[in-house]
Amino acid sequence: MITLKNISKWYGRFQVLKDCTTQVEKGEVVVVCGPSGSGKSTLIKTVNGLEPVQKGKIFIGDTEITSNSTNLARLRSRVGMVFQHFELFPHLTILKNLTLAQIKVLGRSDDEAKEKALSLLERVGLSAHANKLPGQLSGGQQQRVAIARALCMDPVVMLFDEPTSALDPEMVNEVLDVMVELAYEGMTMMVVTHEMGFARKVANRVIFMDKGEIIEDTSKEQFFSDPQTDRAKDFLAKIIH
Amino acid sequence: MQLLEWIANIPTLINHHNELLLMGLWLTVKITFTAVVVGIIWGTVLALMRLSNIKLLNIFARGYVNLFRSIPLLLVLLWFYLALPQAIKYLFQLPPYADVRIASAMIAFALFEAAYYSEIIRAGINAVSKGQYHAAFALGMTKGQTMRLIILPQAFRAMIPLLLTQGIILFQDTSLVYVMSLIDLFGASVTQIGMAQGGTAKYSMIIFAAISYFVICFSASRLVNYLKKD
Repeated sequence: MITLKNISKWYGRFQVLKDCTTQVEKGEVVVVCGPSGSGKSTLIKTVNGLEPVQKGKIFIGDTEITSNSTNLARLRSRVGMVFQHFELFPHLTILKNLTLAQIKVLGRSDDEAKEKALSLLERVGLSAHANKLPGQLSGGQQQRVAIARALCMDPVVMLFDEPTSALDPEMVNEVLDVMVELAYEGMTMMVVTHEMGFARKVANRVIFMDKGEIIEDTSKEQFFSDPQTDRAKDFLAKIIH
Repeated sequence: MQLLEWIANIPTLINHHNELLLMGLWLTVKITFTAVVVGIIWGTVLALMRLSNIKLLNIFARGYVNLFRSIPLLLVLLWFYLALPQAIKYLFQLPPYADVRIASAMIAFALFEAAYYSEIIRAGINAVSKGQYHAAFALGMTKGQTMRLIILPQAFRAMIPLLLTQGIILFQDTSLVYVMSLIDLFGASVTQIGMAQGGTAKYSMIIFAAISYFVICFSASRLVNYLKKD
């Protein structure tokens, strides 16, 4: 579903991604972890072209993201993304947040978009808030809305960029629960997170990054029981108390 | 004590000429309103040019803003008074005796203010976080849709107080249209009534003009402060 081939990226002279290669199969849940500044957020943003790369190739299905002839906007409409800081549109109601792209990008009718939006709000347990503004909701609720907004577009894959890092601890689980449910339904997911509980529960594979490099890319079982590198061992020791 | 006498004369003077004063005020309001509306629209276009990746548009917008911000408004008005009427008459094929001074004044103010508005709007656009662009792009929106539906509405909401404040400054600046021998609120009170009446009438009317501008601008800025609080 997603293929990254030897991608490298520089900010000026600083190399943030070094020759990263990996893939995510259809229906797979892949967790990307690593210390902060290791390039994991940058890596996931290259997948839908939000961060351009200078070297390497990226495919979603058969479509090459890194090719100039690709209609990036159209491709992105089928790749859901959830951000660390939610990024709901603060000037629009929850319902409008969910229907806007359906109408403007997918060309759905107002009624069709609204029906879809309401059914997804129901699913994340927030139907009662449809007419509120994002600022009136808690962080956890906003992130659930953001997930629903991405799902409205019927994505073939979902990308999560540290979806729980900006949340108060008591709100982390309500968001993780939605994600776990999504994973069980067979959604293809790439998730940057420090939530190792989530990884243990639903991940098929774990990618461990450090200093812009993918240094482990193994099954969840192997990663947690027998990490191959000292850096991964060190990371796991710190993060699991 | 003379000051009190001047003030005491104000009511009689305005009562006798209220029609002229209202016409002056109406012209001031008309020019301000057009300049604000056209200035904001053209200013937005300039701001987008300035932020675009197309180099030519970039250079044009930068040059435009720097030019208008480096020339005194009075000079711009004079220039437009001398040159623009001919151009307008030629463009719209009006007879030579047609009076296009008001249109010239409106255009001059709008073009001048657009330079200031574009800087305010550019700052407003830049203040919207990068994450909002990412969110819109990730949903498949094009750059144009992102700007129109997501970024500009947020930028404008944050900028309303600044845009209105700029409008208040503009309201005062319109008094400069006297160089085009147009009769606005200032021209009506000071030149048309004060000077024409002779004697101490000019002192009374200068005081009256000052009070009028103060009352209008002060109330408007109270309104802006009130809007800021929400």
